[in-house]
Amino acid sequence: MVDPATAIRLSLIVGLLATCLGFPVAVAAGWLLARRHFVGKTALSTLLLAPLVLPPVVTGLLLLKAFGARGPLGGLDVPFTLTAAVLAAFTVGLPLYIMAARSAFEAVDPHYEEVSVSLGVSPWATFRRITLPLALPGILAGAVLTFARALGEFGATTVLAGNIEGETRTMALAVYTLLEMPEGEEGITFLAWVSIAIAFVALAGYELTVRWQRRRLETRR
Amino acid sequence: MSGLGLTMNVRIRFDSRELEAQIEESSEHLAICGPSGSGKSSLLRVLAGVDRRGEGKVEAFGEVWQDTDGGTFLAPGPRRVGWVPQDGLLFPHLSAGDNLGYAGASRDRVRDMAARLGLDGLLDRYPRKLSGGEAQRVALGRALLSRPRLLLLDEPFAALDGELKSRVASVVEEVAAEGSVALVLSTHDEQLANRLASAQLRIAGDRVKRLPCTG
Repeated sequence: MVDPATAIRLSLIVGLLATCLGFPVAVAAGWLLARRHFVGKTALSTLLLAPLVLPPVVTGLLLLKAFGARGPLGGLDVPFTLTAAVLAAFTVGLPLYIMAARSAFEAVDPHYEEVSVSLGVSPWATFRRITLPLALPGILAGAVLTFARALGEFGATTVLAGNIEGETRTMALAVYTLLEMPEGEEGITFLAWVSIAIAFVALAGYELTVRWQRRRLETRR
Repeated sequence: MSGLGLTMNVRIRFDSRELEAQIEESSEHLAICGPSGSGKSSLLRVLAGVDRRGEGKVEAFGEVWQDTDGGTFLAPGPRRVGWVPQDGLLFPHLSAGDNLGYAGASRDRVRDMAARLGLDGLLDRYPRKLSGGEAQRVALGRALLSRPRLLLLDEPFAALDGELKSRVASVVEEVAAEGSVALVLSTHDEQLANRLASAQLRIAGDRVKRLPCTG
């Protein structure tokens, strides 16, 4: 049995959780890549962005190796749970998130930070009061993309989380399952339209956050 | 509190050039003149502690601020300088009022400073809606409100016209006198240098010389 409403609900939960969990990671990694030079920077950047070019199924396979019963993180009992679906969406969406955060931080003129520190404000408070707020719209643009990517996630999810009704069967998996059912057409049409609608809303949200970022950094003309 | 007593013995690399600054100055109000691109801004940045490209030793107020050989570098905060960069660099996401109060000044002090600098009625405006002169005054007020012991003004009044320039210069004089704040100012405005500074240095070539700004 496939319940489209449940699939939509699961997709939204997975997307939101992956996006929220990704926020601190994207901020930390994006800032590091934008503002610091260190040994191994290229290696770190490659590792973090790899899921963008790897086939999602392979990403899922690597996650399964790590989190599977015999993997180093096997004790966490992740595979074939909702957590696994979130982890898959998180991993596959992370590169977009980090790239957006990185360019958002790069767009912030470091001179603002210098002024703040010269006024006696600590580097951490400067990050909180100047750098992060100025980069925030760009980071949120990344969040929107990550959320949208999470909703479409299929490959890594199937491998790591399976296709369990009410637990890990998100929209993309529901559509795939319905394709094999003779009576599935109605559900497929419904899910397809919902996907299209969410995609459009997300992309509009992306456009708005990008504009907001531009406005936020605007100074006197 | 001991006076500024500025001693600099630094080599500063900027824009693929080099400036050698050997300064020993007992004056509390110092003007540094020189054509644009001569390194005035870089010198002020080294003093503010936001630029680590200077190599050598900087001492002020009887403290070592920087000593490349000794491995000392005092962070900008404890130097207690009020640095006003050339383009103001107001935080674009904060209103003029929030920029003024950024370092923690009370609402009353912000309002008072705004009145002195002729900024009343502009406190709710964002930097993109301020004129060049208004933005410069906000930047000045923001630095003054951080209670500095040394004010670093980088071409501070470039965007101000005659009367306003004089008014703002008066505020700087008043504040400097009230709180016994030392002043280092970069400018190519002789009049301003004569008015605000009791000692003048001129950048000529790759050196800082003890010459008046005139001529």
